[in-house]
Amino acid sequence: MTALLEARSVAKVFGGGLIHRTETVALRSFSFTIDTTRPSITGVVGESGSGKSTMARLLLGLETPTKGSVLYRGKDLSRLSGIERHSFRQEIQAIFQDPFESFNSFYRVDHMLEVPIQKFDLARTKAEMRRLMVNALEAVGLRPEETLGRFPHQLSGGQRQRVMVARALLLSPKLIIADEPVSMIDASLRATVLTNLRQLRDDFGISLIYITHDLTTAFQICDDIVVLYRGYVAEAGDTTKVVKEPKHPYTQLLCSSIPRPDPDRTWPDEPERSSLAVQAHPDRGCPFAARCPHTFEPCLQEAPPIFRMEAQRGATCYLYQDAPTLPFDKMDELLAYASSVAEVETTPAAPV
Amino acid sequence: MTSILQVNHLRVHYHTPRAVVKAVDDVTFDVQSGERFGLIGESGSGKTTIALAIMRLIRPPGRIESGEVILDGEELLDLSDQEMRQRRLDRVAMVTQGAMNSLNPVIRIRRQFADGLNSHGAQVTTEEARDRLSALLQRVGLQPRVADMYPHELSGGMKQRVCIALAMSLRPSLIIADEPTSALDVVVQRQVMQTLRQVQEDLNAAVVLIGHDMGLMAQFVSRIGVMYAGKIVEEGPVRAIFRHPQHPYTQLLMESLPSLDEKMELRAAQGAPPSAAERPRGCVFHPRCPYVMDRCISEEPLLQKVAPEQMAACHLHDGAGPLPFSNQLVGDGEVAT
Repeated sequence: MTALLEARSVAKVFGGGLIHRTETVALRSFSFTIDTTRPSITGVVGESGSGKSTMARLLLGLETPTKGSVLYRGKDLSRLSGIERHSFRQEIQAIFQDPFESFNSFYRVDHMLEVPIQKFDLARTKAEMRRLMVNALEAVGLRPEETLGRFPHQLSGGQRQRVMVARALLLSPKLIIADEPVSMIDASLRATVLTNLRQLRDDFGISLIYITHDLTTAFQICDDIVVLYRGYVAEAGDTTKVVKEPKHPYTQLLCSSIPRPDPDRTWPDEPERSSLAVQAHPDRGCPFAARCPHTFEPCLQEAPPIFRMEAQRGATCYLYQDAPTLPFDKMDELLAYASSVAEVETTPAAPV
Repeated sequence: MTSILQVNHLRVHYHTPRAVVKAVDDVTFDVQSGERFGLIGESGSGKTTIALAIMRLIRPPGRIESGEVILDGEELLDLSDQEMRQRRLDRVAMVTQGAMNSLNPVIRIRRQFADGLNSHGAQVTTEEARDRLSALLQRVGLQPRVADMYPHELSGGMKQRVCIALAMSLRPSLIIADEPTSALDVVVQRQVMQTLRQVQEDLNAAVVLIGHDMGLMAQFVSRIGVMYAGKIVEEGPVRAIFRHPQHPYTQLLMESLPSLDEKMELRAAQGAPPSAAERPRGCVFHPRCPYVMDRCISEEPLLQKVAPEQMAACHLHDGAGPLPFSNQLVGDGEVAT
């Protein structure tokens, strides 16, 4: 069976040419498979500079990988024919961070929804087009009579982002890649957009890649999670496990730094710094060594591989070097989704 | 404790060609000396306008219509522009979200610091200035050599700490921190907030933290004012606000907070905040309020005492006891006062 979308050991390096001598590794060896058998929500969490947005752009074909390849139904994104590209653009949709910039402020909201309907020939008559738009808006909890005919500035950030979800829904995609979809939306409205995203999976069978810096919202909606640090996978696995008992020191730092909305659970004291004098060197050693409180000799020699502690749990950290290693191109075995596919195909899961 | 800042019946309007936008509409609060006070609200609730009004930095078409801003016994709104310029940095300093981008990119940190000292008539020798800057930078956890760097050589978190160091350079009695960390990652955010807290305690300065993140408020402030549509709808000690919020809007905010402890049904709020130009009559929250009554549509509720140190502006409290509320996030424990 061919996967809908597959990233094979994808890496992206910026610079390194004649002008920009220094190379910036935005993403290093990332593998990922999205199938259509069981819809799931996969979170990609990282701070700025972790490569999470680069990953979204690679998966959407907006960037070409430096190494590896992104395959849509088994075919490299850069080699798609016109027809294949057209169906790629229908089956895989994107939702971006800023619902203010996604709109052209000169057009009414209707325009935003009409264009994809026309482009993909989804409706033959005006009435049919209207019906599709109404259905999509109602599916995300918006009242069409209050939304259609309005200009973007007349909607709140949350409403705008829900129009974007509705627009993606119109095309009945198989996968939606959402890059920070709720980070610009006010707290009291954020819940509605998150609920919409959950519905995509539960009611419409659409898979979602949820890219964010916010571990809390990722915890709320994701099945699996991948934590990125400076382009490296730090930890991957089942969301609840990763958040409740983070294994990688970076994930631990991330979890403990989140300001809990509880005055009696304040931040612990400043974490101790790395004991070894470490110069951050991107080409050698663990990328987190300079900030890690547990740094020891091996960390400075070579970047750690993935150590697989449980079937759905892995971390790139030498603290777990007793666990079996997992090659980067098999990292999606850590995600529950992939193992469910394995069950379907009756391939025995790798022993723990 | 004495009040360091009193804001009384402040009204700030923006006179746009289409409408008069009442960004801040009759807001009253005070901040005690050495206290950390939080103003929380969603975008458009008027929290940044309050900060700018205290700093007297409201630009046309905005205008302070009425009210008082009293800093340390002195009415700031009556000062001349020249006098106000002397108060800024010296008595009241500000750290904003984009503060790190307000550093001049082509001037070393040292000179930007010296500019601040000189413009406030501080008579210091080069050596004294050097020592003071080194001490300031160390206080915010940076090495003294940062002084000779250009802003682009520093990370966002470091720049934000430089801005905190600049803000405290003349030992102000009040620091206004307007979303000081919303452009930073959580790990760096924690470092910057801990820096700010340390500085605040060292100087015994008061801090007004303005933001939208309930988590950050819980971590940092001791008292909170909750803003909605240009008004403070609830005010009280941080624990009371989190445990027993008494305004339906605060309750809504608490319920819509995603938790990191358990996966839960996300309670979605009805409707959206009103546009700043068309505020509803009566209670500003009534179109979204689950408990709306006839009175709320016609009559505006005023802030009233609902618990020993807690005030809420809601008609539900007229003659009734406190509103029941169970917070899923924090235990329903005793309110520490």
